Amino acid sequence: MNATFKHVLKNGAVRFGLIVLSVLVILAILAPVLGTVDPAWLDAINMNQKPMTTADWTGPDNKTVPYTFLMGTDSFGRDVYSRVIYGIRVSLVVGVTVAIVSLIFGTFLGLMAGYFRRVDAILMRVMDGMMAIPGILLAIALVAAWGAKLSTVIIAIAVPEIPRVTRLVRALVLSIREEPYIEAAISVGTPTWKILLKHVLPNSVAPMVVQGTYVCASAILLEAILSFLGLGLPSEIPTWGNIMAEARVVFSSAPHNMWFPGIFLAFTVLAVNMLGDGLRDTLDPKFNKRGEKR
Amino acid sequence: MGNFLLKRIVATIPVMIIVAIIVFTLIRLVPGDPAAVIAGNMATNEDIARIRTELGLDRSFLTQLGIWGKGLMMGDLGQSFFFKKDVIGLIGERLEPTMALAFLTIVVTVLVAVPLGTLAAWRHGGWLDRALMGFSVLGFSIPVFVLGYLLVYFFSLKLDWFPVQGYKPIAEGVGPWLHHLLLPAFTLSIVYVALIARVTRASVAEALTEDYVRTARAKGLPESRVLIKHALANAAVPIVTVIGIGIALLIGGVVVTESVFSIPGLGTLTVDAVLARDFPVIQGVILFFAFLYVMVNLLVDVSYLFLDPRIRY
Repeated sequence: MNATFKHVLKNGAVRFGLIVLSVLVILAILAPVLGTVDPAWLDAINMNQKPMTTADWTGPDNKTVPYTFLMGTDSFGRDVYSRVIYGIRVSLVVGVTVAIVSLIFGTFLGLMAGYFRRVDAILMRVMDGMMAIPGILLAIALVAAWGAKLSTVIIAIAVPEIPRVTRLVRALVLSIREEPYIEAAISVGTPTWKILLKHVLPNSVAPMVVQGTYVCASAILLEAILSFLGLGLPSEIPTWGNIMAEARVVFSSAPHNMWFPGIFLAFTVLAVNMLGDGLRDTLDPKFNKRGEKR
Repeated sequence: MGNFLLKRIVATIPVMIIVAIIVFTLIRLVPGDPAAVIAGNMATNEDIARIRTELGLDRSFLTQLGIWGKGLMMGDLGQSFFFKKDVIGLIGERLEPTMALAFLTIVVTVLVAVPLGTLAAWRHGGWLDRALMGFSVLGFSIPVFVLGYLLVYFFSLKLDWFPVQGYKPIAEGVGPWLHHLLLPAFTLSIVYVALIARVTRASVAEALTEDYVRTARAKGLPESRVLIKHALANAAVPIVTVIGIGIALLIGGVVVTESVFSIPGLGTLTVDAVLARDFPVIQGVILFFAFLYVMVNLLVDVSYLFLDPRIRY
């Protein structure tokens, strides 16, 4: 396992992805001490400030301090730098949680469909139906039904991802169940649940990790899109998407409000995608068989 | 072949039924009393009661599903609460901009992605190949609305080549239509180019290793002919397949792009409907897009017959 780990870390794309993501995690955790102010506080005097302007800022505690708006302010006088930094939290939480939730449900359903023929026929038809609805639309509709809270946004984004994971896991199970060691396990009378958990699941981990990374990237994008369209989290909770949604109104006079969160968003998604590509290249089971002992 | 067509068309029915059930269940997911939530804060008890009857929420799930399904068969998607119109008519009004945007995007994409992918495969590992692979990772990562605003900033605000937003119907002339639509289509095509160029590259590269390519080269055919007639023609099936699958991606992108460029199509309709909690419209639009997706993929399957003479169903 350790050798696999070292092998994976040798990949440039993996290292790039991990470094960028580590920096983002640190920024997200340290957000309150990074010279930020209350990201939801509306300061009417400092509306539409340009980046790098220094002005008197009056906070919620009614104290006035000189403050440099690194990324300017939005049209409500909120500090964009603070909003962008706090916005990392929502993106990372949504990305990781959606990946975990859809992997858990998708794996369970995929194992069932791949191993039990009778479940397969019905379940996969339902999944076909879900996949016929474009992911963004399904997520939009679910948020419309449930209302936009962090939990509902996460579930709404995870639901359209589940069929994709299910399909992948099912395909893996179908190929693994033909392997001699599964036949051997069946012939010595190993209970089905044990075969699934001890033999099938561990052999499908690598492709699932890769899939999970891609799900994470698309979840971060989808959350931003929901917020951007004004359907996501309310603007008291800063997200890159809702910063950009507010930036639309003043775009011709203050385009920087679009660029700062946009750069963070694109860079984050790029890092996650590169991590996924790197993992795919290094965790490929064929490569492992050729390359090293485990 | 007629037999295959029939079977394939029949196979779309269960998918559409499941889509319809999912879409129907949607309104039941609204927590509490859906009628009260939809009616809003200002509604009187009569309003709520009226909406409840209109939606059939006062009847059992199965009865309601039956009534709704029967309406669907007759092409009745219900009435919009917000626009006070038939949903099907509303979709009809908004259809042109969306279809125009999707169509133009596919044209731009195929014109750019297929030659790029083919050339990258031809010079495998060369600078174009590496540039394309780098670009495709970028293309998957840059959000379509950020890209849209970048292009608006440079090409509309700075250079003033294109209008910032809006749409001109094709009836008012192809020139203005194209002028308004080119930037949105280009924005939307980036991610699609990334996807299709990648698949084209992979499948052409595979075809280039085949014996018939070696034979074609050995008998002295020019490279262009080898690439197009031999390699690309044999790589057509995966390329067309991914165009079909990519339709879902495209529809999602259309919703966002329409919003960025204020194009009054189905995407803007969806967003407006969600903001107004206009469920019949949301349901109608989703059903329509899912139907479109299923139909495009049906066409893709049928196209295999023409693209690959070896495929006989």
